[in-house]
Amino acid sequence: MLSRAREQQSIRVDWRQYLVYIGFVALFLFFAITLREAGFTNPNNLLNIVRQTAIIATMAVAMTFVIAAGQIDLSVGAIAGLSSVTTAMAIASYGPVVGVLAGVLTGLVVGAVNGLLTTLLVIPSFLVTLGMMGVARGSAMWLTDTAPVPILNQTYNNFFGSGQVGPIPSLLIWIVVVTAIGYVVLRKTPYGRQVLATGGNEQAARFSGVNTRRIGFLVLTVSGVVAALAGMLYAGRLQSGRFQWGEGDELSVIAAVVLGGTSLFGGSGSVIGSVLGALLIGVVNNGLILMGLETSQQIIIRGAIIIIAVALARRR
Amino acid sequence: MDLSAVRMTGISKSFSGIRVLHGVDFDLRKGEVHALVGGNGAGKSTLMKILQGVYTPDEGQIAVDGRPVAIRSPHDARALGIGMIFQEFSLIPTLTVAQNIFLGHEPRGSSRLIDDRTSVRRTRELFAELEEEIDPSARMLDLSTGYWQLTEIAKALAQDARVLIMDEPTSSLTATEAQSLFALVQRLKERGISIIYISHRMDEIFRITDRITVLRDGRHILTEDTASLMMNQVIDAIVGKTMEQAFEWRERLVDRSVAPLLQVRNLSAGKRVQDVSFDLYPGEILGLAGLMGSGRTELARAIFGIDRIDKGEILIRGERVAIGNPEEAISAGVSLVPEDRRIQGLVLDHSVKDNVLLPLLDRLDRSGIIDDRRGDRLAGSIVKDLSIKTSSIGTTVRLLSGGNQQKVVIGKWLATEPEILVMDEPTAGVDIQAKTEILGVIRDLADRGKGIIVISSELVELLAVSDRLLVLRDGRVVREVDRRQIGTEEELHRAVQGT
Repeated sequence: MLSRAREQQSIRVDWRQYLVYIGFVALFLFFAITLREAGFTNPNNLLNIVRQTAIIATMAVAMTFVIAAGQIDLSVGAIAGLSSVTTAMAIASYGPVVGVLAGVLTGLVVGAVNGLLTTLLVIPSFLVTLGMMGVARGSAMWLTDTAPVPILNQTYNNFFGSGQVGPIPSLLIWIVVVTAIGYVVLRKTPYGRQVLATGGNEQAARFSGVNTRRIGFLVLTVSGVVAALAGMLYAGRLQSGRFQWGEGDELSVIAAVVLGGTSLFGGSGSVIGSVLGALLIGVVNNGLILMGLETSQQIIIRGAIIIIAVALARRR
Repeated sequence: MDLSAVRMTGISKSFSGIRVLHGVDFDLRKGEVHALVGGNGAGKSTLMKILQGVYTPDEGQIAVDGRPVAIRSPHDARALGIGMIFQEFSLIPTLTVAQNIFLGHEPRGSSRLIDDRTSVRRTRELFAELEEEIDPSARMLDLSTGYWQLTEIAKALAQDARVLIMDEPTSSLTATEAQSLFALVQRLKERGISIIYISHRMDEIFRITDRITVLRDGRHILTEDTASLMMNQVIDAIVGKTMEQAFEWRERLVDRSVAPLLQVRNLSAGKRVQDVSFDLYPGEILGLAGLMGSGRTELARAIFGIDRIDKGEILIRGERVAIGNPEEAISAGVSLVPEDRRIQGLVLDHSVKDNVLLPLLDRLDRSGIIDDRRGDRLAGSIVKDLSIKTSSIGTTVRLLSGGNQQKVVIGKWLATEPEILVMDEPTAGVDIQAKTEILGVIRDLADRGKGIIVISSELVELLAVSDRLLVLRDGRVVREVDRRQIGTEEELHRAVQGT
């Protein structure tokens, strides 16, 4: 079943979209060989990479839909910060169930406002979500007076990010689940096809009876909800809610999606590519640290790798 | 002494092995207005693109002012004084008139910085010479299309153009604006500017041109003084005998005693559709004729729910339906093959299969997941039914030829089994074989009881398939006529032209 799906993909997608797979394997092997002594392939280190990239990968799955539909969401990092705060505060007063609901509701409301402003008032999503980034981050600071809100409920913390099932960190389970859902929805459901058609040619999609406004609204709303989930994972992993969680994540998420072969112009997208893109960034970060590079050098190399990868993946 | 401003001799050009120009001759005298006419695919635009340096000819010579020249780029053409007035204007809306006219060769002051005052002054002089008034400092987006065209012309003249190519210059103008354009053309002529005038509108051509050249299927058919030609001679030359055979009319019997399938009552939408009423019967092919801008496309868009309906109503099988968007139109049984397949019809970077299945996703939905195997079968059978030439259903639509792309657009709707299919220019830009096949598909659908509305600028095509024709002018139905009552294409031409 899976091999058949891959075959179909290879017909539609040109080889450049496989760049992330090739690049991932190449870089992984490179670090595995050069950093053998430093313990790069040590299972603990590999799980560490997964833990560090899981949250970006989760948001990248939803961002794949946003970008494939021809939109962008710059507010995901700020939504994650806000939802970590609302979740932590609600847990403190009403317990973990209400906390989770509060977090999801936060993402739903912010995402839906993004969607409504973009589709009904026809403001470009770039501007709407750029503004929303400030609104959400500022709200998180205001609610908490910029102080962290500790989460003492260990069940919550274990479920969202801190815990393990046997040797497997719960964060790994979260990415697998989110990726699987994202993959099936984008590739196998009418909604996924409509997202791709809307991003590929909005007019043609509209002329084919696709409600392109509804698609634009939905991708942004879902992106908000998933960003809230990411915020809850931050809260669980760091056992607190804080406005700073997720700061700057929007850029890593977009980089992961583009590295994964999704066109910034819309119309194509690969959920698995995006997740691998996030992992690729994680592998690079980890490898550079183990190589003993300074933070400044790490940032420069990471930036250069993104530019090179996108330049290679460019179609023409 | 050669009196030709431009002389093109024996021009041939092929694209991927298909010859589109066969040794065409064309000459333009100094100070004349020369009409270049022909149907779609006749070779007019290829010939003009060769003159503008967009394409280089495979064979043939070009002489400008009697001197042989090689035009290898649009830059060469401009240097030789050949200016193009673009149909979709090449002006930048956010800049002023003067800034547009001098874009790329702005007058510089002593400090090498742009001297805006000089360009404003020179713009004013330019328009004074043309006896036109326009504010050089107005931004383009605040001006009407008439001024845009005027600015285009002034821009060409500012670059010392002595030959102007005008492509359908009146298509986006109001009647008054067109009148002032004709007067301007006259004044340009008096200043010794030569004009190549491309148009489908016979009344204009007979009114303002000195000579007419007709191309058909990439060949030169005739060049004569306008005064010595009759309109039907020109139309005969455009249409030709081979086309006539390919587009032979087959009379079909339509039973109009039954209830109409579609009734449009006093429909108004925007500026271009005014109080339109008509009926469409099951199994009938209704042709919509009219010039560009007559409201044909807008009527189709209104029926399909793209444009908002201001007044009037639509009834399907006698029941009033509210169509506010394409989804509602589709569920009411109406489909549209839109005017521009590349912009409105297809997602070019997606596969044949994904394009064909886009309007069908609901039907392939099996508890939330697309039934891929059924989708493959469906797409495969559409490809086979319409004999779409593609290596597989997974091929990117962009890679197909124009005719096959158009068949994909038509195929999209066939599987939805619409009751009413509106087709806007269904054969534009496709080769003659694909044309014949598409006309066959249209007849087939009508034979199966569907109601079809066909819009086309090519009257031969309308006459070949229509059972009944509506002639639109300025958004109104000016004539409704049974196909049997039309003897020749010329009669329809006259009706459309309003002469």
